[in-house]
Amino acid sequence: MSFLQMPHPAAARRRFLGQSGLILSGTTVALLAGRDALAAQAGAAAPQDVQILNTALGAELEAIAAYQLGAESQLLQKTALDLALSFQAHHKEHAEVLAKTVEKLGGKPVAAKAAYGFPVEQLKSQADVLRFAARLEQGAVSAYLGAVPLFGNRDLSKAAASILGDEAMHWAVLRQALGETPVPSAFVS
Amino acid sequence: MSAAGPFPRHTAPAARRMQGRPVNGVRLGLVGALALAALGVAWAEGPSAQRGAQVYNRCLACHALAQDRVGPRHCGLLGRRAGSVPGFAYSQAMKDARLRWDEKTLDRFLARPLQVVPGSSMTYDGVADPRERADLIAYLRQANGTPECRALGSAGPR
Repeated sequence: MSFLQMPHPAAARRRFLGQSGLILSGTTVALLAGRDALAAQAGAAAPQDVQILNTALGAELEAIAAYQLGAESQLLQKTALDLALSFQAHHKEHAEVLAKTVEKLGGKPVAAKAAYGFPVEQLKSQADVLRFAARLEQGAVSAYLGAVPLFGNRDLSKAAASILGDEAMHWAVLRQALGETPVPSAFVS
Repeated sequence: MSAAGPFPRHTAPAARRMQGRPVNGVRLGLVGALALAALGVAWAEGPSAQRGAQVYNRCLACHALAQDRVGPRHCGLLGRRAGSVPGFAYSQAMKDARLRWDEKTLDRFLARPLQVVPGSSMTYDGVADPRERADLIAYLRQANGTPECRALGSAGPR
């Protein structure tokens, strides 16, 4: 069956990953979640790596909640809503893999907060919601960029860079949806 | 000298040298000199809260001015003791840091957060450029005067 004939992109992606063997060898995120030897390799750097992953996990959980807020705001038209739900699904995948990795390294994953203090009163239009999401994604790109060089385990740096790339794409698409230059510079900081 | 050349007629020696000789190297030299001069002006101007607002965009995955998020709120930061926002779940390392945030301590911390407070939850490599740090600190100081910080009532030290 062709991937193009599949009704949902996620199904095609799962099939592709399942058939190509990339789950363990080609994608850094799958590598992050799937390597049982990771904990054994971590050594003395593990406590700091766990802290970095948990900080990232906290931000991912907040991003999931932020997109939920946007999705339920009734301010988003279908195209923007689909985008928000798609990006939220990515953040859920990031959070899941980060939590699993924290556990593999012997740590305790942080949990989502019962409530987040989002500036709800400032969200009055679709553009407000998209701008709010874009700023979170921009911050996430910077946060991962600032985390990549800190990991003791270079596989984790690679995985964090993979997530960084995904969130940079979110940021660019949201900027495009807002009518802004999607990629404002040659480097991120 | 061609009247249709790319430069208008000037009498200054440098302009005369350029007129009729639109050599790329000279142009680039001029552009470079202007860029360096602009950079010098920016430095001479001192820290800029406006530029600092752009640097602050890097913090937005975890921080906000008026809300506690993955990191604590920034309203009232300058003058505040590290690890002291009521109700925020700091790392033990930050609680024990015995720092009070001012220009000097913030500059050190922002340059290398985990070197200054090992074990902090702020697992970020830091802002390497001293000017960007100065701009960021200027922004954080100015932010205390924003409506959202004033509404929070946290403009003073905690």
